[in-house]
Amino acid sequence: MRIVLLIVSATITTFLIFLLNTSIAISGSKTPRFGAFLSPQNGFWQNAEASNVDFNKKFTSPHLGGKVDVYFDERLVPHVYAEKENDAYFVQGYLHAKFRLWQMEFQTYAAGGRLSEIMGKGKAFLEKDRFFRRLGMVYSAEQSLKTLEANSVTKNELDAYTNGVNAYIETLDPAEYPLEYKLLDYKPEKWTNLKTQLFFKYMSYELAGFDSDFEMTNARNIFSPADIEQLYPIAPDSLDPVVAKGTIFQDASHLPKKPVNADSTYFHSPAVSDSTLIPQPDKNNGSNNWAVAGSKTKSGAPMLCNDPHLGLSLPSLWYEMQISTPTLNTYGATFPGSPSVIIGFNDSCAWGVTNASRDVKDYYEIEFRDSSMQEYKFNGGWAKSTFRNEIIKIKGEPDVTETIAVTLLGPVIYDKKFPNVLKDGKYYALRWLAQDASNELLAFNKLNHANNYADFLDAISNYQCPGQNFAFASKAGDIAIKQEGKFPAKWERQGDYLMPGIDSSYAWQSFIPNTENPAMFNPPRGFVSSANQLAADKSYPYYLAGRPFIYRGIIINRWLNRLSNITVEDMQQMQTDNYDVFGEVARPLLLKFLNQQDLSKDELSYIDKLKEWNLRTDYNEVGSTILDKWWRRLQKEVFSDEFAKTNLPLRPPDNSTLLEGLLRDSTFKFVDNISTPQVENLREIVSASFKKAAKDLDTAKRNDYLIWGKYKNTGLKHLLNIPSFSSLQLEMGGSLNSINANFRNNGPSWRMIVQLTKDTEAYGVYPGGQSGNPGSRYYDNFVDDWVKGKYFKLLFLKKQEVENNDKIKWTMTFSKA
Amino acid sequence: MKFLIATILTALLSFAMALFFPWWIIALVAFIVAAVIPQKPLLAFLAASIAIFLLWGAQSYLIDQKNDHILATKVADLLFHKKSYILIIIVTAIVGATVSGFAALTGSLLRGAIVHTGRNKEGKELQ
Repeated sequence: MRIVLLIVSATITTFLIFLLNTSIAISGSKTPRFGAFLSPQNGFWQNAEASNVDFNKKFTSPHLGGKVDVYFDERLVPHVYAEKENDAYFVQGYLHAKFRLWQMEFQTYAAGGRLSEIMGKGKAFLEKDRFFRRLGMVYSAEQSLKTLEANSVTKNELDAYTNGVNAYIETLDPAEYPLEYKLLDYKPEKWTNLKTQLFFKYMSYELAGFDSDFEMTNARNIFSPADIEQLYPIAPDSLDPVVAKGTIFQDASHLPKKPVNADSTYFHSPAVSDSTLIPQPDKNNGSNNWAVAGSKTKSGAPMLCNDPHLGLSLPSLWYEMQISTPTLNTYGATFPGSPSVIIGFNDSCAWGVTNASRDVKDYYEIEFRDSSMQEYKFNGGWAKSTFRNEIIKIKGEPDVTETIAVTLLGPVIYDKKFPNVLKDGKYYALRWLAQDASNELLAFNKLNHANNYADFLDAISNYQCPGQNFAFASKAGDIAIKQEGKFPAKWERQGDYLMPGIDSSYAWQSFIPNTENPAMFNPPRGFVSSANQLAADKSYPYYLAGRPFIYRGIIINRWLNRLSNITVEDMQQMQTDNYDVFGEVARPLLLKFLNQQDLSKDELSYIDKLKEWNLRTDYNEVGSTILDKWWRRLQKEVFSDEFAKTNLPLRPPDNSTLLEGLLRDSTFKFVDNISTPQVENLREIVSASFKKAAKDLDTAKRNDYLIWGKYKNTGLKHLLNIPSFSSLQLEMGGSLNSINANFRNNGPSWRMIVQLTKDTEAYGVYPGGQSGNPGSRYYDNFVDDWVKGKYFKLLFLKKQEVENNDKIKWTMTFSKA
Repeated sequence: MKFLIATILTALLSFAMALFFPWWIIALVAFIVAAVIPQKPLLAFLAASIAIFLLWGAQSYLIDQKNDHILATKVADLLFHKKSYILIIIVTAIVGATVSGFAALTGSLLRGAIVHTGRNKEGKELQ
């Protein structure tokens, strides 16, 4: 009897320990190992940071050459003072790791197609990994790393940074691993220089990884060239470009030649068939920046403002810090994963970026001799492919090998084993600028050191991808903007569609010399600005392939033209402005063509609210929701009949396209519903779409999301999509057409205002907090202020001021071991 | 008295050993303590359970107090969809107590089995 009891008890004990020490798959996700996770001395409890935590510390390392003092202010922003510059980068690496290790590593796992390795079996992860491998992220990062390491400045900088990250990782006891490692049950691995390059390639994917070539090709197969111009115009009428209209550009030095057969082969081509989903970066990734000259400011000093709009996530994409050495003094937003300040200022100037939104991602149809992909038709003969094997490890499963054929036109991203969205069974090689070797870190290193406009130009000339509009302002009184990056010189609409790949005639022929990139320096109007609109009007001699936004650019320039005697408060008000230019133009058009006599009392009440609307997309407004719903219905009414010709994905026309089409001509061709015998006019379509929108609005009202703020529902999502680690349903206004651009999980990821007076006066805020630990009070402590449009005054301190500053709370010292 | 000693010993040793070993060390500690200190199996179970219930409960309670309940609330929400820090403290304590209790029960039963066999053997030899 005793023996039986013993066996039963031993079995239960063993089973309990086994169960609590195993991660279990439940409905697609995996549980942590509960025993380890709940243990107060090893598990998540160790990540519950005391609210009066002490960050003071002394650290020694053989990698350091001298002494580094780090002063943390009350917001946990470090001010790093190093005797030697590379020591500063070592400490930057150490601090990024200390506060953001999990995030920086996770992002590089995603970029390198390694999510399956930590997330385990799951089709979504494997498909994502396969996609990133096929994009060539790892290969491109390796090539770029060679370029980076060939330059001693960037090599030393990155080596120091990597050593700093690893110095922190080596001190880590498993009980101290960031929470997410415990949740997903894996360990941090050593940081490498390659991981930093992978991170840069990930930013290229986020900002220059959008394309609609397959959708556009599908459109071209259905619509006539004239229709295409109406549906997808190259430039909107109301465009207010980055470089002001009327600017005279020098003639193009590299005019690309359109292939002779383009009109027959490229602009019309045979049909295709059925669809799946290929990941795309968020097309709403955009940004604002502007600089005003001293002639327009109250202080007489120039000002620079920037707010890059990116995916809103927790932990935040940015980490704020000051880096100061005898040769360098800079402050701003840094990327956990990379050394240097990315957006910020130094003792003499400030800089900020917005996305150029140029199309640098094209596809070529490759004709292989057979499905072995060994040989393909090229320039009148057969060329031999090379192959690259990408091995994807899957936690708890055998590896998967992805074999990618590489052609002279690029790696074959879509083939029989990885079909494209059109499912046409064809092979497509990808030519993407991010595949090219580049050294963006050198550009940021030089920007951090820049003293004047010439330094600025020299710095950004090293910048290739993702193309950005770099705004600049200096204490010497200069302001400037330049769209910088490596851009292929394209003939009109080259690469808007999939291109033939049987010879080199459709290949990119040359790159635009960066001296010919659109730029403006000290313009008479006293300001420069950009907001992802086209860089220039049609007088620019190169084709500006891309997908621009226009309404933010219009409102920014309206503000800047109107303002004089500008103060920091004016800039804060402007940067958080919710005025909607699209609403200003669209509302009168809709109301003009609405048949009001047919409306019920309830429907009329929506119209009254829309008429009363102040055109601001504030949290409690209803007018913007009404307009948005109505516009979506109108788009559907106008285009869905023509678009029903295909089941394959098409790119929806931009809002500005429909709006401008209707403003130009109320008999806009697509208004008529082609599936009915009669000819509909705009009045009928506008009225019918309102009736449908009113039903949508009734639903919104019943479910309590009629007010704009609830309808657009801005929130910060944890990178693993865990709601309790996220900050959701924020009470804030704004819209994609407002300067305060935000919608769902996209918005201003770092608001910065720098006044370049003798003593720099700077303000900034980002949605998040300095710590990446969900168990820290510094995880999301900036969020409320960010939502309310408040700013923090940035402490840009000299070494002698810092020790006695009452905002400094903790110090860390680093010295040579 | 033995009960109290077993409880205190299990708690203290579990705390000390967890500084160096993974979480499951609490089971090994409870098992050994129960095998060494002679007690009825049920009492051994209770002593170890209470020891770890109190140890893990107190540790997580103190951590949670200093943390202003930030993380415990989030983890409770993640695991149980309830924003209750007390819930996760109790769950922590119960999980630890259960493992420790069964390990002690096993230890005590094993001791009993060995002692019993030993006595039987002794008896046989005496005859």
